[in-house]
Amino acid sequence: MSLTASSKVVTANDLRSGEVLYLRFPHSWTPELAKASVIKDSDLAKASLAFAQGQPNAVVGAYLSDVIDEIDGPKASHFRETFRSTGPSNYRHGKQEV
Amino acid sequence: MYEYSSFDHEFIAERVTQFRAQVARRLDGSLTEDEFKPLRLMNGLYLQLHAYMLRVAIPYGTLNSRQMRQLAMIAERWDKGYGHFTTRQNIQFNWPKLEDVPSILQALADVEMHAIQTSGNTVRNVTADHFAGAAADELADPRPIAELIRQWSTDHPEFQFLPRKFKIAVTGSPNDRAVTRAHDIGLRMIVQDGLRGFEVIVGGGLGRTPMIGKTLSPFVPLDDLLPYLEAVVSTYNLLGRRDNKYKARIKMTTHEHGIEEIKQRVEAQFAKIKPRFAGADLQLLKDIEQHFAPPKFKPLIAQVEADSAPAQTPVFRAWLDTNITAHKAPGYAIVSVSLKKPGATPGDASAAQMRALAKIARNFGHDELRISHEQNVILPHVHRADLPQVFQALRQADLAAANIGLVSDIIACPGMDYCALATARSIPVAQQIATRFQALKLEHDIGPLKLKISGCINACGHHHVGHIGILGLEKAGVESYQITLGGDATTEAEIGTRAGPGFGADEILPAIERLLLGYLKLRLDRHESFLEAYRRLGLVPFKALLYPQTRKAA
Amino acid sequence: MIVIVNDHGFSLQNDLTIAADLSSDFDPEEITSELLQRSCIRITLDSFADGRGFTLAARLRQCGYQGHLRLAGYVLADQYAMARRSGFDDVEISQEFATRQPEPQWLARADWRAHDYQSRLRRPAGPSQQNVESRN
Ligand code: HEM
Ligand code: SF4
Repeated sequence: MSLTASSKVVTANDLRSGEVLYLRFPHSWTPELAKASVIKDSDLAKASLAFAQGQPNAVVGAYLSDVIDEIDGPKASHFRETFRSTGPSNYRHGKQEV
Repeated sequence: MYEYSSFDHEFIAERVTQFRAQVARRLDGSLTEDEFKPLRLMNGLYLQLHAYMLRVAIPYGTLNSRQMRQLAMIAERWDKGYGHFTTRQNIQFNWPKLEDVPSILQALADVEMHAIQTSGNTVRNVTADHFAGAAADELADPRPIAELIRQWSTDHPEFQFLPRKFKIAVTGSPNDRAVTRAHDIGLRMIVQDGLRGFEVIVGGGLGRTPMIGKTLSPFVPLDDLLPYLEAVVSTYNLLGRRDNKYKARIKMTTHEHGIEEIKQRVEAQFAKIKPRFAGADLQLLKDIEQHFAPPKFKPLIAQVEADSAPAQTPVFRAWLDTNITAHKAPGYAIVSVSLKKPGATPGDASAAQMRALAKIARNFGHDELRISHEQNVILPHVHRADLPQVFQALRQADLAAANIGLVSDIIACPGMDYCALATARSIPVAQQIATRFQALKLEHDIGPLKLKISGCINACGHHHVGHIGILGLEKAGVESYQITLGGDATTEAEIGTRAGPGFGADEILPAIERLLLGYLKLRLDRHESFLEAYRRLGLVPFKALLYPQTRKAA
Repeated sequence: MIVIVNDHGFSLQNDLTIAADLSSDFDPEEITSELLQRSCIRITLDSFADGRGFTLAARLRQCGYQGHLRLAGYVLADQYAMARRSGFDDVEISQEFATRQPEPQWLARADWRAHDYQSRLRRPAGPSQQNVESRN
């Protein structure tokens, strides 16, 4: 077991709707970053990514994304991923839509 | 305006059927994502940050009220009630679902529209001067030839898998409004000894290595144009690099092989294929030309010049000053409708606004609308006597911003708010700048200014050819904005010069403010535009405005 | 095992002898009269995104090649019409490709002569341009 350089989540887009999704162990997808499973082990990271890429009929473009692990769930550490987890800044569309 | 022939109708219907089947095959697993991707891209479907994005072509920027109403319907039924008009005379819908896309394509086909070749490594939507057919300064309407090129390039069997995307722009006016020098092929109409033809410019492009196109042929007669274009694209298909996508555009092929070699290969190939174009193409062009016959213009009504109407308000006058361009028919005007109300997202129109525009076009504009590469909507044929009513209707739809060509008329790409390739946001920067200069009430004093913003090096927002260009980058984990100065998108096309180090997200607005307030002091008088002042004085004094601390330190 | 695809669908029969094998990076400036005499030329694509094969086929035909032209390698069913329109006679794919992209997907494009802008533009001028007639 070896630690990843930073905490990670697996993210992808839903094949049908295009919506941003996060992997939640053991094998479901959630639209909320806060509910994603945080990965700190590099073998687990590899295996989780392989699992996601092995679901081409559910999601597309899976990759590992860096997060900061906080008490109320993971938060994106890069601003691009922050937008993906909320939505655009010019309209309250996407995940921030109520 | 062009109306589809039965051939076009059947072709589009067939493509919708094919795409429906391709989506089904993707969902049932017989196509992998890697294989499906080029097929969906051929039909304008991208995957962006938050969702899929469908890019619909508005060939040469022309549409009628029925088509505009259908875009409104699509926005409401399958998207979030708005659309984004782009610098490539396309409209983008930001939230469609994969399974709905075949139905959206069907709805487009119903009004003679499509999303074919708005993406992918193929000949893209052909763009043209947005004032085509109306401008007082044009030699002839460039749209018939653009339509012929659309038909020739659509589904061209050799050119669906080019080394990279391929963009063609056409202008029929000596005053280039189609940025022909920044396209893979730019066509500029020329009349030589009474014979119509085109200067063919090749290898222009923006992106990571911006280049101004070079003249491949100073004059190709109209009759030879299709075989000549085919020779160019065929030569590029074989010669263009496929090992490195950053070197794959024809601008790099031209750069690496030299224009002379390209020319020699093109001419040899042209000679070979010219006899194969045996006349049907030119006959088709004649047919197409009939579709673009000018509308029946109303006669000049004596003295009902809008300009002398008594009920003029200062807002109306301000709008007339900025948003009207000379028309070739007496008594008529070209109206530019700004999609740049300060604080709004440049290029966005709501479904209600699209419907309002459709209605105005039908009532007062001979049923024609245009989309400009500057992300505005044009009503190309409005009788001057109708201008007050048009203005009122636009006001009611919140579309009466009087800022065409001014600092708040900003081009901005979607940037990191939507685009998967972005390195920074562009929309909020545009919103801030436009709002600030409106509040300062300095827009008119500053005068003509092209400010263009891209959210990454791909330069979809044309920042290289803005008088002021802003490029959004990432630096140490935060957004950073680099300024270029002195770019020009017109006939004297020029790539701007980088002014210096980038600015943080909270520094970019003050920097632009220093730059423009400083310009007001530097100019000779109010007739000297920002670009003219820059050309006279060079980079140094403008750099000093942008980086005052550095100067003090030095 | 290979599968030959033509307008009638799949066939496991391969009775043609390949007289010249070209890769997609073959330079058409090297087309010789000797090559044009061969009875069957095969062009192989390593990637479906390599569009050179289509132009190469077109160039061979433009140089007067009358023999059989075959497209082989990584080809998608959706490219069948492009291949035929560019001058190929048939397509050769692996058994694995044939399994993943079964015959009906190829037959769906066997109507490649229909809806073809190119052939319409390349005819001699004639009286019957449907363009104007269809207006109302
Ligand atoms: C959001 C999806 C988009 C993607 C993925 C995208 C991608 C790209 C890429 C990769 C390039 C660089 C091409 C090269 O240098 O080879 C480019 C250039 C360009 N794009 Fe986009 N773009 C997008 C949206 C837009 C929009 C919204 C516009 C119009 C506002 C636009 C207009 C252009 C233009 C004018 C260029 C520069 C001209 C050139 O091709 O050199 N694109 N785009
Ligand atoms: S310039 Fe970059 S960020 Fe803007 S739309 Fe193009 S690819 Fe996206």
